[in-house]
Amino acid sequence: MTDSFPKKLVFKDSLKNFLFAFPAIAIFCIFYIVPFIEVFRLSLMEWNGTFPPPEFIGADNFIEQAQDKLWWGSMVNAGFITIIALTFQNILAFALALACDREIKARRFYRVVFFIPPVLSEIVVGIIWQWILYSGMQGGEHIGLLNYLLAKTGLPHLVHNWLSDPKTALACISIVHCWKGFGWGFVLFLAGLQTIDKQLYEAAKVDGAGGWNVFRHITVPMMAPIIVVVMILTVLGSMQIFIVMIAMVGQGGLADYTSVPVLQILFSMNGAKRFGYACSQSIIFGLILICVSAFFKIISNRVKQA
Amino acid sequence: MNKISAGIIVFCLFIGLIILNKDKVKEKSPDKVILWHWLTDRDKVLQELARKYKEQTGVDVVVELYAPADSYVRKVTAAAQAKMLPDIYGNVDTKETFANYIRSGQVADLTSYFQADNQAWEASLFPKALEGNRFYEDNIYGVKPGIYGVPIDVTNMQLLYNKKLLAKAGFQNPPKDFAEFIGMLKALKRIGIPGFVSGWGELWLVDCFSSNYAFNIMGEAKVMATLKGDVPYTDPDWVKVFMVFKEMKDSGGLAEGIITKPNKYAEQDFALERAAFAFNGSWCVNVYYKMNPRLSYGVMLPPPVNDKFPMMIWGNGGSSFSVNYRSKVKERAVDFLKWMTAKEQQALLAKETMNLPSNREAVADIPSVLSDFTMAMDATTHPTVWKYNENPIVVERFYKGVQSIILGDKTPETVAQEVQEEKQKQIEREKRINNRKNRAK
Repeated sequence: MTDSFPKKLVFKDSLKNFLFAFPAIAIFCIFYIVPFIEVFRLSLMEWNGTFPPPEFIGADNFIEQAQDKLWWGSMVNAGFITIIALTFQNILAFALALACDREIKARRFYRVVFFIPPVLSEIVVGIIWQWILYSGMQGGEHIGLLNYLLAKTGLPHLVHNWLSDPKTALACISIVHCWKGFGWGFVLFLAGLQTIDKQLYEAAKVDGAGGWNVFRHITVPMMAPIIVVVMILTVLGSMQIFIVMIAMVGQGGLADYTSVPVLQILFSMNGAKRFGYACSQSIIFGLILICVSAFFKIISNRVKQA
Repeated sequence: MNKISAGIIVFCLFIGLIILNKDKVKEKSPDKVILWHWLTDRDKVLQELARKYKEQTGVDVVVELYAPADSYVRKVTAAAQAKMLPDIYGNVDTKETFANYIRSGQVADLTSYFQADNQAWEASLFPKALEGNRFYEDNIYGVKPGIYGVPIDVTNMQLLYNKKLLAKAGFQNPPKDFAEFIGMLKALKRIGIPGFVSGWGELWLVDCFSSNYAFNIMGEAKVMATLKGDVPYTDPDWVKVFMVFKEMKDSGGLAEGIITKPNKYAEQDFALERAAFAFNGSWCVNVYYKMNPRLSYGVMLPPPVNDKFPMMIWGNGGSSFSVNYRSKVKERAVDFLKWMTAKEQQALLAKETMNLPSNREAVADIPSVLSDFTMAMDATTHPTVWKYNENPIVVERFYKGVQSIILGDKTPETVAQEVQEEKQKQIEREKRINNRKNRAK
């Protein structure tokens, strides 16, 4: 009796738990697991999306992808944007979060202002920046705001064809992407900074630690988990950039200089009508992102241990 | 146990709601005709026509807009895959994709409707307007011969010139040939007027422009032989086609940022007199009128490089609609399209949207500014009527190559070589697929 009662109870509890979890599991399976299996199945097929039906071709799509210079070129472009975002965007976000964490005037106002870019639509941001960086002229005057200001402030030699020059196009897009995205990092960093016990800072000051040492030995280690989260989110967001790209240089892009993986996948699917190839590109791209995220997670664990 | 029961009841209610809603969607107004389109500029007038049609016939036509065209294509593709296309839908994809839809049983054959009453419906429309929707005997797509779509207007792509800006540069007439055109671009550049603008940030406009010159430089037969794979892109005539872009670049007459410019910005540039020439379609009459009603401009065929072959421009049925073969209200859908292409409705469409009507009887009622565009209808061609179409991956490489020429990164010869390499790659891939199919058979 004493043995059977707990068993029955455990079964009941398990059943109850399972029933409550079932809707979530069902939704997860329908909207995540099944599509993923379907994408993997299609990646082994040659299919134009309509007719004739998909035809099994084994790993051909993956082999072709491994040799596809344009695909890997697009990965390099996305990597460039990601590196800019990881450094410039996150340093800016961290610095602003540090500033807003202090007792400064109108800090609530700054918090709102810094969070405006992330809530704007990417397409709107892209179009606004396209106008700012526009290089056309009318009646001898520059139409784009940046070139207009450069010309009016005695710097006409800096006037440039920003979005149609391979040397500047990707950098401009990266900066706009950072401008759009730094607010997320700012909010996370600020939230993290506010969780650090102020007594630690006070104790350090009593011990005679300077600003740099406090930052290095207290702020950074305590913020390490947040920094890793922000870095992972930055990598995922930057590698998957495409809307700002379309808004600023059009879907055609600037030759191959502004091609990114998501646009390549879109072209394979909609332009070239190669659904199977697009699926294989998606899988490889997903795996790369998982590997990068795992890499940051490992680093985070090591930092924690240290 | 009460909690378990409550959980089960909530879950059953959830599933029940989904099932009930599914049935509701399935049985959604069986009398209504659902129409999908991407024509932002024509949505208002299409809604108006649907309202009129209901007044006259009592049949409810629901017009649903999904724009821009890229998003629309994705929606239609997804609906076709799920076999959930609406009763009427606009065709915006390539002829090959259209053929795939037909072969997968998603497009109704309208030939019998067009040929009823001694071909009355067919005869009322411009023959060119129907070409994109027609499949002839022994077509390469393996589609049963017939007419599978209804054009509601016709378009063509031409060169436009700003009379005032040309006069400023000392020109009273548009250029007669390409050499004169380049001379004009240089002259315009000298007085600080950007010469030429087009939405070359969009692949299809470069494809169209280069195709015009390919027809002019080497003739239709050689273009088709290239598409078939018999003539390489490294052929001197194709290098001449790439040279067209190089000469335009070297003249200094291309608008700043032309290779990343979407067509809507290019239209803005021409309408606001920021460029003397533009390459655009007949719909631009409406666009320019809205932006600058006082714009004084003319229409011409792109100036030819030589007179060996005629200049052929893109044009035919501008916007076409197909009827879903699986539609439960197929007859009603066809009736509505027939009504929409009748003279009165076509005149209204042309008046409100300034597009060329597909009904030849409605031409008398179109705004005079459009008449110049109609004069070139005989010189039109389109990939949808060609016997062969280029692989989209090769078209993409061609486009990127043209961008590289304009950027000054590559020479026409290098680009021709790269395009040919991609063509060869795609030919080999197709061969592999066919071999695999044959082995499977």
